[in-house]
Amino acid sequence: MTDAIATRGSMRRAALASPSFVAGAIVTVLFVGMAVLSFIWTPYDYAAQDIPNKLKGLTAAHWFGTDQYGRDVFSQILVGSRTSITVAFVAVTVGVGIGVPLGLWAAARNGSLLDEIIMRANDLIFAFPALLIAILITAVFGPGAVNAVIAIGIFNIPVFARLTRGAALSLWPRDFVLAARVAGKGKAEISVEHILPNILNTLVVQVTIQFSLGILAEAALAYVGLGAQPPTPSWGKMLADSQTLVSLAPHLAIIPGLAIVFTVLGLNLLGDGLRDIFDPQLRRSRR
Amino acid sequence: MTLLRIENLKLEIAGIPILRDIDLAVEAGKIVGIIGESGSGKSMTALSVMQLLPGAATVSGSIKLDGNELIGQSERTLNAIRGRDIGMVFQEPMTALNPLMTIGDQVAETLRLRGVSKAEAEARADETLTRVGLPKERFPRTRYPHELSGGQRQRVVIAMAIALKPRLLIADEPTTALDVTTQARIVDLLKRLVSEDGMGMIFITHDLGLVAGLADDIAIMRRGEIVESGETRHVFATLSHPYSRALLEASSHQPARNPPEPAANTVLSVQDVVRDYPLARKSLFAPRQAFRAVNGVSLSIARGENVGLVGESGCGKSTLARAILGLEPVQGGAIVIDGSVVDREKGPDFATRRKIQAVFQDPYASFNPRHRVGRLVSEPFHLLGNAAPHGPERDRRVVKALEEVGLAAADADKYIHEFSGGQRQRIAIARALIIEPALIVLDEAVSALDVSIRAQILDLLADLSDRLQLSYLFISHDLTVVRSITDRVLVMRAGEIVESGETEAVFSNPQHPYTQALIAATPRLAGATA
Repeated sequence: MTDAIATRGSMRRAALASPSFVAGAIVTVLFVGMAVLSFIWTPYDYAAQDIPNKLKGLTAAHWFGTDQYGRDVFSQILVGSRTSITVAFVAVTVGVGIGVPLGLWAAARNGSLLDEIIMRANDLIFAFPALLIAILITAVFGPGAVNAVIAIGIFNIPVFARLTRGAALSLWPRDFVLAARVAGKGKAEISVEHILPNILNTLVVQVTIQFSLGILAEAALAYVGLGAQPPTPSWGKMLADSQTLVSLAPHLAIIPGLAIVFTVLGLNLLGDGLRDIFDPQLRRSRR
Repeated sequence: MTLLRIENLKLEIAGIPILRDIDLAVEAGKIVGIIGESGSGKSMTALSVMQLLPGAATVSGSIKLDGNELIGQSERTLNAIRGRDIGMVFQEPMTALNPLMTIGDQVAETLRLRGVSKAEAEARADETLTRVGLPKERFPRTRYPHELSGGQRQRVVIAMAIALKPRLLIADEPTTALDVTTQARIVDLLKRLVSEDGMGMIFITHDLGLVAGLADDIAIMRRGEIVESGETRHVFATLSHPYSRALLEASSHQPARNPPEPAANTVLSVQDVVRDYPLARKSLFAPRQAFRAVNGVSLSIARGENVGLVGESGCGKSTLARAILGLEPVQGGAIVIDGSVVDREKGPDFATRRKIQAVFQDPYASFNPRHRVGRLVSEPFHLLGNAAPHGPERDRRVVKALEEVGLAAADADKYIHEFSGGQRQRIAIARALIIEPALIVLDEAVSALDVSIRAQILDLLADLSDRLQLSYLFISHDLTVVRSITDRVLVMRAGEIVESGETEAVFSNPQHPYTQALIAATPRLAGATA
């Protein structure tokens, strides 16, 4: 009992002492908060057209201005964050949920046929450019946010499988794994109890990177018209739509662009901070 | 004239004092041994002479080579001195060599950097490699470091250091990573080079026995200070400083043993065990060849008996240990643990595994850094399945095991990085003890520890063995340690046991030529102090 309290205490201290964690957490919470907020309140209906007020700059009535149909950009950003964050989140979950167990399994059975099969299948996916496969999937199954999620998620699997396998392989010959084997533990138990906690910091960093790549990939798919379909807004689609109007109303490109930049930056900072906090050795040196 | 004179050397790194008032003199043609435990500042002294200190270091005092002050010299001047006037040999020959360069090129490179022409550099590299015992006929210059053994690699490192005929050679633990017979040959080589070239040499080591037979003068260091120095014979004869005496005591430490009457029952019996490693096929349809790491080994250990297994690296002793622990399958023979025969492929079942535990060499790699000590120590409870104690009973057992090895109950809540190497090895022993095994396999369990810590751990092991009637299979390359703690000893070479018997009998009257060579190569204190 005292044990758990001590851990939480020292973790909290470490968290507050890490500037990148604090900054990353604030930015991330802000954007997730925006997505949640959009369900209950937006200043205007994001799809409501108001032609007389089209292409307005930043005004008190429309904080982020309006687009070529007079739709409120701030409302679109709020609703668009839902799409971006959901797509990226689900895609990363798919990657971690399938890729990490596969990587651990391959490492535990290193050199076996199973290892070969898993890793060669990964190579196969890796051999195709991510966006190409995404376009392929959406071309076959039709465009839409769900198919975008599947496409991006599949590409996260080999990323996590390879990373996990590589990191796990370097741990398997260590003496503490040997000690666990002397204690009669099997490969699955060792993978979960000893290998996974020790590669967690690497994985956390990769999760934040893949999350930001997911947002970018969703934006890219939306940009070429294969992501969320109108009238559902997404940041990528807003960028795409603003293309022809850049000289006329630059804020239409700048605002969704900045939203993507800040979200990605916040997530990367959060990942850095989390890595430091998860490591008990780093935690002590801070104390 | 004195070749190297260090006076009042003080070193601070980021405000923390590392060295205090070091005074040391090295004459040409003489060997000065610096002895100390880890963290005593012996390597930092060497790096100060080379002026290869970390950026945050501030040095004061004086280091004069041939009367020229080294401290405060520009990097350019120092670069000219390093290599040309001072050569250095490092501990780990594998990391000191570039794996992508041939040995000939590496030695020639040190010459080429001094503007020697390519042809001449290669000729002199050949000559130098021949001098260190790697004649061109047997060791072509086009070899890569991975094609050489540890001792041969260290010869290449030495060749690089002496290629420019420096006046001072600094050897920082040059033989620590090597086997005893190899160590003896490298030490002989260094001695010969010193007398041939009239070099001065600083020989840094933690091994009192080694330095006693080698150095003309010695300096004993502790916590950044020289506690005692002078002529080797004189220092060993007087040992005026209490730390020197403690160090000597620890080096030749004999734990007091008081074993109970040996029981009749056999804890471990190994009969004709064979372990083959498959090698890669030479061609697509060629049959797979195998490397036989353990070849028909038999041994038995009675309850309460301590058995030593000695041999040099690659002799198969660790492979045998892993086979006994059930971590690797065996291809032939039988392993019987406390009466139950172990399955060759699957290894022992849980009930059998419970009787045998292990302590490994590296105290820094033996623990999962993410878990607390309590969880680490209780890991073998897994072998008890559903019968494993939990809650307060588990905590009580953890505390008992920790107290058994001289640690406190509160240590269970700490992480492993909060402990020193010696404490970690105690925790490793606690982990082995917790399910009350009959036999503990100690694979080089004290090899990574400083002598004073090693003495404490040996005392602990002897005490546990006496009280709990524990048996040990004590695997080590260090004959002194094996002699101090075991009842019987087995000498292993190239996968086979070449000699076995009562420890004292084997050591005082070795029969097999290999055992004789091993014992002859082991540095001894007795000769130096007499």
